[in-house]
Amino acid sequence: MVFLDFEKPLESLYHQLEKIQQVGEEGVLDVEPMIKELETKIRNTRKDIYSNLTGWQKVQLSRHPERPYTLYYINQMCRKFIELHGDRYYADDKAIVGGIGNLDGMNVVIIGQQKGVNTKMRQFRNFGMANPEGYRKALRLMKMAERFNMPVVCLIDTPGAFPGLEAEERGQAEAIARNLFEMAQLRVPIVCTVIGEGASGGAIGIGLGDRVYMLENTWYSVISPESCSSILWRNWDNKELAAEALKLTAEHMFEFGLIDDIIKEPLGGAHTAPEDMAKALKRHIKKAIQELQEMDPDERIEARIDKYSQMGHYERAGEKVEDKPE
Amino acid sequence: MGWFKRLKDGIQTATKYKKEAPDGLWYKCKSCSETSTVKELKENFFKCPKCDYHVRIGSHDYFDIIFDGKYNELFEDLYSVDFLEFTDLKPYTERLKSARKKTDLTDAITVAVGKVKKRALVIAAMDFSFIGGSMGSVVGEKIGNAIDYSLEHKIPLMVISKSGGARMMESAFSLMQMAKTSAKLTRLAKAGIPYFSFLTDPTTGGVTASFAMLGDINFAEPKALIGFAGPRVIKETIKKDLPEGFQTSEFLLEHGFLDFIVDRSELRDRIADMIHLFGY
Ligand SMILES: [Zn+2]
Repeated sequence: MVFLDFEKPLESLYHQLEKIQQVGEEGVLDVEPMIKELETKIRNTRKDIYSNLTGWQKVQLSRHPERPYTLYYINQMCRKFIELHGDRYYADDKAIVGGIGNLDGMNVVIIGQQKGVNTKMRQFRNFGMANPEGYRKALRLMKMAERFNMPVVCLIDTPGAFPGLEAEERGQAEAIARNLFEMAQLRVPIVCTVIGEGASGGAIGIGLGDRVYMLENTWYSVISPESCSSILWRNWDNKELAAEALKLTAEHMFEFGLIDDIIKEPLGGAHTAPEDMAKALKRHIKKAIQELQEMDPDERIEARIDKYSQMGHYERAGEKVEDKPE
Repeated sequence: MGWFKRLKDGIQTATKYKKEAPDGLWYKCKSCSETSTVKELKENFFKCPKCDYHVRIGSHDYFDIIFDGKYNELFEDLYSVDFLEFTDLKPYTERLKSARKKTDLTDAITVAVGKVKKRALVIAAMDFSFIGGSMGSVVGEKIGNAIDYSLEHKIPLMVISKSGGARMMESAFSLMQMAKTSAKLTRLAKAGIPYFSFLTDPTTGGVTASFAMLGDINFAEPKALIGFAGPRVIKETIKKDLPEGFQTSEFLLEHGFLDFIVDRSELRDRIADMIHLFGY
C-alpha cells in the first residue's frame, strides 16, 4: 500500500495491525479482540482524515499512484471495447486513448487521457500529457461518433497538454482550440468527467460537454498549483497556498456552477475500491446520456453553448452582476 | 491620407487613453538599439524607423490605425471582480486597481465598432499593459458580446490578440473563457459572418488555444511571439536551447497556422480588402 504524507496516522495503524497479525499466526495469544479494535481505529482515522481534506491533499489524491486510469474504467464499464488509434495526419498519441464501447447495450465513443501504471508505462504514456495528434485523434473519433449517432464520453486526467518543441510545431494551440470549436457544435451528447487531474487547456481540450462531472477527489484549474506557485509566488514552495487560492476542488467547481455534479468516491479515494468507483461513474454517465438523448440535437447544442456563455463573474459599472460567495 | 495625418486632424477619441507606446521625446529601439524621435516612431505606425521593429501598442492605437477616424467603444461598463478572493503576493483586487490606474483601461480588452474604408467592422483588441493581457471573465464576456453584436448587425469581427494567456487569479473561470469564446464563435461561423484573428506580440496560452487560432483568417504582425506553452517552460521541459525564430509569426506561417503576416503600415489596407473579399 502507498500512503500519502497526510495518511501517516493510517500507516502506523496498518503497521501495528500487521505486527499483531504476525503474533496471532504464532498461535500463542488470542489477538482477535486487538485486531477488531485496530480495525475500528483505522476506519475512524480514515473518516477523520478524509472528511477534512485540503485542496492540496485532494491534488495529491488525484495523483495517487494506485488511482485507476481511463483504460481501467473503460474495461470495467464496457463489456466490449475496441480501441482505435491515430489521428490520420501524423501519429498515434499514447497519452490519449479512445474507441467504441458498449455501455449496457448502448454504443458510445469513449476518449480519455491515459497515464502509465509503472515507470516504463508512465513514459510510454508521456505522463498523460498529450501532443496535438492526441487532440486530433480525439476529434476524429468524436466526428465519427457524430456520423453514427453515438454519444461521446470523455474521461479527463492530465497534468496538462505537453509543452514540447514539436507540440508547438504541430500546433498544440490550434488542436485544442479546434476541439473546443467542434465539441461546442457536435450533434451528439457529450458527457465529460474529471477522473484525476484536470489541468488547464490540456484538460478542457477534451472537456467541453453537455454535462461535466468531477470525481470527488479530483481538481480542475487553469494551472497546476506548482506552476501557479512558481509564477505568482516566484518559488516552488507555495503549492499548498496556491491550491487553496485556486479553489480547484470538485466542491468549489460545483458551487461555482462550472460543473454539473460531483461523483462520490469510496472513503480513502477511488483506488481503495476501484470497482465500486467504476460502477458509480457508469451510473452517472448512463443517466446523463439518457437525459440528453431526450433533447433535439439543435436544442442540445444551443443549451450547451448557452451554458458556457453564462460562465464568468464581472460587474457592470456601479452595480454588481453577481454576489460574492459566502 | 496617412494615419498620422488623420490623428493630427483631431478626429481621434483616443487621446484620453494613456498609450502603451513610449511617451517622451526619444525612443530607443529594443531590437536594433538605434534611437529615433517618438514623432518619427508614431509616423511610422509605432515601428522603429531604422529596423521596422513593431513596438507593442494598445487597443486604442490599433483603433486609430485601422478605423476611418471615428469609432464607438462598446461594452465599456464591464469590470473584473475578485470573485475567488484570490491573494498571492498581492490581492487580486489590488492588481486590478493598479492596472486600471496605470492604463486608464477597464480590463485587458476593448471592443469598438467603426468603419474601415467605409466597410463596417467590430474589433475586440487586447491590451498587454493590463495584467499581461490576461483573459479573465471580462475578456471572455466582451468577446462574447462582440460576437453577439456582429451577429445582430451582420458585421465581420476581428480580434486582436495580445496576451500572456489565462488570468490565474480567476482560476477555472478564466479557463472556461476558452470554452465560452470558442463555443460562441460557432454561431458566427454558422451565420456566415467572417471572423478575422490578428495575432500580435505576444499571443500565448489559453488565448492562442481558443479564439486566436479559430479565425477564418489567422494573420499576425511580423516577429510576434505566438505559442501555446511559453518558451521558458518548453526549454525546461526538453532541457535544450530553442532554435532561432521558434514560436515567431514566421515560424507559425511556415508550419501552416497563419494565412499571412502583415506589416503594420499595410494593416488597414489589408483589412479593408479582407472585408471586401468576404463580400461585406
Ligand atoms: Zn530598431
